[in-house]
Amino acid sequence: MLMLIGSLITLIGSIFLFLGALGILRMPDVYNRMQAGTKATTLGTILFLAGLALGYSHCTCWPRILTLILFIVFTNPISSHALARAAHHIGINLTEKSVTDKLAEDEAENGEKL
Amino acid sequence: MKDFKRFIVLFVILCIFWILFAGKEFNELILGFVASLIITILFYKKAFIFGEFNLNPKAIAYFVFYIFILLIEIIKSNIAVAKLVIQPTLPINPGIVKVKTKLKSRLGRIILANSITLTPGTLTIETKDDEFYIHWIDVTSENIDEATNSIVQNFEKYLEVIFG
Repeated sequence: MLMLIGSLITLIGSIFLFLGALGILRMPDVYNRMQAGTKATTLGTILFLAGLALGYSHCTCWPRILTLILFIVFTNPISSHALARAAHHIGINLTEKSVTDKLAEDEAENGEKL
Repeated sequence: MKDFKRFIVLFVILCIFWILFAGKEFNELILGFVASLIITILFYKKAFIFGEFNLNPKAIAYFVFYIFILLIEIIKSNIAVAKLVIQPTLPINPGIVKVKTKLKSRLGRIILANSITLTPGTLTIETKDDEFYIHWIDVTSENIDEATNSIVQNFEKYLEVIFG
């Protein structure tokens, strides 16, 4: 029974991972791709690992899986922030659909890169 | 007092990680505690960032509560982004907006910026003092106050209690 629940949670997680991959293909510019690619996958990975911990509860691997989830939650935002910041710093433009770019406006106003 | 706080927080974090990694046998636990104690004594002066926690019961309760709030936010916005991705017309409305935070502590700002990034749909691109520049996949308002209301407010009211 626990195995079944674990497998279902893993399946839901992999659906989120798939949607993240689809997002990378469909989004128009680097920032939106980053939104889909690095972060729609956060929940996917968490669910995937949680499903593993549930389904294989006879082995005592759940503390390690908990640590893994913890590290994903800590490192994922930092890496995507670093990528996005670098992309904006070297001047990759936003897609034409974009409504506003307050950062570029402020940079132009101060005459320097923040 | 600040030193003592750093000491306790660093020691507890190291012990928790040891228990998670190394199992629960008595000998191993003793070894882990001794090792954590030595590392803490050597390095607690450098771990200035841990001195910014409030260690009263209310703050700790809020911290546990905050984790649940963050999880719910992640699930909600993951579903929202997934909905955007599967629609054929791709109805996104992206842009970079500016928000302001009331938090003073550095660790509080780090956690706030990371929470914003962790919820899909918003991505912190640049921080400058108390201003965050956030790439938002579905901009509903370009105004600073309204954007702050809808992105930051949800997390900020808990973090204000935790970090003061």
